Amino acid sequence: MIGAMLGEAWLAMGTNRLRTFLTMLGMMIGVGAVILILAIGKGAQFMVDQSIAAMGSNLFIVMSGSTTSGGLRMGLGATPTLTIADGQAISELPGIVAVAPNAPGTAQLVYGPNNWSTQVMGTTPSFLEVRDWQLSAGYPFSDSDVRSATRVALLGQTVVKNLFGDEDPVGKTIRIKNNPYHVVGVLAPKGQSLDGRDQDDTVVVPVTTAQRKLFGTQFQGTVRLIMVQASSPQAMPAAERSITELLRQRHRLQEKAESDFMVRNLTALANTAAETARVMSFMLGAIASISLLVGGIGIMNIMLVSVTERTREIGIRLAIGARQRDILLQFLLESIMISIAGCVVGVALGIGGALLMNRLADTAVLITLSSVLLAFMVATAVGVFFGFYPARKAARMEPIEALRYQ
Amino acid sequence: MDKEPIIQTIGLGKDYLTAAGPVPALQEISLSIYPGEFVAIMGPSGSGKSTFMNLLGCLDIPSAGEYYLNGTSVRTLDRNQLARLRNDAIGFVFQGFNLLPRINLLANVALPLIYAGVSKAEREERAQQMLDKVGLGKYGLSLPGRISGGQQQRVAIARALVNRPRLILADEPTGNLDTRTSQEIMNLFTQMNREQGITVILVTHEPDIAAYAMRLVRFVDGHLAYDGAVGNDTQGARP
Ligand SMILES: Nc1ncnc2c1ncn2[C@@H]1O[C@H](COP(=O)(O)OP(=O)(O)OP(=O)(O)O)[C@@H](O)[C@H]1O
Ligand SMILES: [Mg+2]
Repeated sequence: MIGAMLGEAWLAMGTNRLRTFLTMLGMMIGVGAVILILAIGKGAQFMVDQSIAAMGSNLFIVMSGSTTSGGLRMGLGATPTLTIADGQAISELPGIVAVAPNAPGTAQLVYGPNNWSTQVMGTTPSFLEVRDWQLSAGYPFSDSDVRSATRVALLGQTVVKNLFGDEDPVGKTIRIKNNPYHVVGVLAPKGQSLDGRDQDDTVVVPVTTAQRKLFGTQFQGTVRLIMVQASSPQAMPAAERSITELLRQRHRLQEKAESDFMVRNLTALANTAAETARVMSFMLGAIASISLLVGGIGIMNIMLVSVTERTREIGIRLAIGARQRDILLQFLLESIMISIAGCVVGVALGIGGALLMNRLADTAVLITLSSVLLAFMVATAVGVFFGFYPARKAARMEPIEALRYQ
Repeated sequence: MDKEPIIQTIGLGKDYLTAAGPVPALQEISLSIYPGEFVAIMGPSGSGKSTFMNLLGCLDIPSAGEYYLNGTSVRTLDRNQLARLRNDAIGFVFQGFNLLPRINLLANVALPLIYAGVSKAEREERAQQMLDKVGLGKYGLSLPGRISGGQQQRVAIARALVNRPRLILADEPTGNLDTRTSQEIMNLFTQMNREQGITVILVTHEPDIAAYAMRLVRFVDGHLAYDGAVGNDTQGARP
């Protein structure tokens, strides 16, 4: 019986092709938009999750500079107030796993005929631990390299690509600001950071080397920032307080004085970014699903017209023994079929759009099976919901009235 | 004749509710029709013939009186039970054929069987048999619009008979057909009445058509004016 009715619903759809197509159009566009936006949202979330994973966990960053009432005054240009000794002191606090002072600057690198300008970061071996960063080749430099400020370097993937091409850089010597540096290792690829920077475009050298030989800070021993890794997410609030307290003490700040440093919880920031991505994609999805609503209303509209047009047919069916529920089911199947057919095309459009976006832009657009299933479920629900009223109208017709209808 | 009437009406009446108030279309109709009868209903236009047929066919609900179909008062039945009766107890033939235009002849004939819950294979077999019986076995895949009026009416008769009802109600089945085609249709009715003992009730304006019946019922102004043998009707203009 359902089979026969499906066949008839199919025939009914084919009777007025243009009209059926126009009715489906609303669903197609709606489903296509929802699929695409869910894919974009999923892609964004995926990228954020990846950068969070790449960043290292339970991370603080302590920056030189001060907070002002007007907002954040960033380290750039501010006098560096943090020292390597500050870092050492922090590492002795409870709940702290690793500390890496950081003295970054920009420098020109040369290897053979190739040169490349990039960020050079002075730090300690624990930097790799804090950032959860592996080496893909070679070895890290050691604490003794830091003590004696040797000219050794770890290269990021982008730097390797630009200076060495396919050549193996480990053991080679590059020139940074015209001084020779021995490449001891290559950092594993890390990808983009949360703010979209290429993290692989970097060189890591001992912090003392950076201070004394590379950038020559006027105050010996200062660093731009200190990265701190706490033992667990739960330990972070307490750690933040004790870092602040310790540094204020060490910098001999008065009770009322502003801090000359800033502690930022990077993990919390990242989680906020992830949350923002989630909320954004949810909201865009919600907006897109309004078009599904419009599509549903289109279906309802056409089904109402169709029921009126086919009043006589309904009368004939009732006269030869159709029950109310037979008529109801017939029209319901028809609206579901239109809705699902629109959904199929819409899913195809959405996937096509996503593939196109992946091709054209350098973004991750992720179609998930669950979003496709969701689309079909929603389409069926739309068909049932918006088809029900017209179908019930058809089913409730009086046989004789329907038969008399001209 | 059998003792139990297939149709029995007692004081049956129907008022149509219009803006101007209730219009009495049928009043105080009491008659019994027995299995195997062939009844013609005549009367002037507007005398209530169609109204009566619609009540007999459970397409409409009486305003007064009782109607027993196979001994059951239809007043006591709900919509589903009425649908069931229309499906397997009654076969309808209309003046305008009333085939569904989009589906082919075979599917049209098989339609009542869908609502009877018959399997696809059996539906097709029985519909084909019925089409064969009315002489249109080869046209099963044609659409109704492609065949003549007389052929359409034969398909409608096949559809009316496919679920083996014991009662056929035909409201002016030859009203849209020429004389020759009308005769063919009437032969079909006579044949199923004689061979299968199916009760046939048909409305007509033409005495020639009424002459095929055994019994004549005449309505005038919603009242029963004559009920008896076809030849003895004094009010009708019999040639
Ligand atoms: N739906 C309706 N609403 C109001 N009045 C109606 C309706 N149907 C029929 N009538 C009236 O009821 C009366 C009987 O109508 P009916 O159709 O039964 O006559 P009939 O004998 O079949 O006529 P005809 O020979 O023209 O078919 C007429 O006066 C008609 O105007
Ligand atoms: Mg009539």
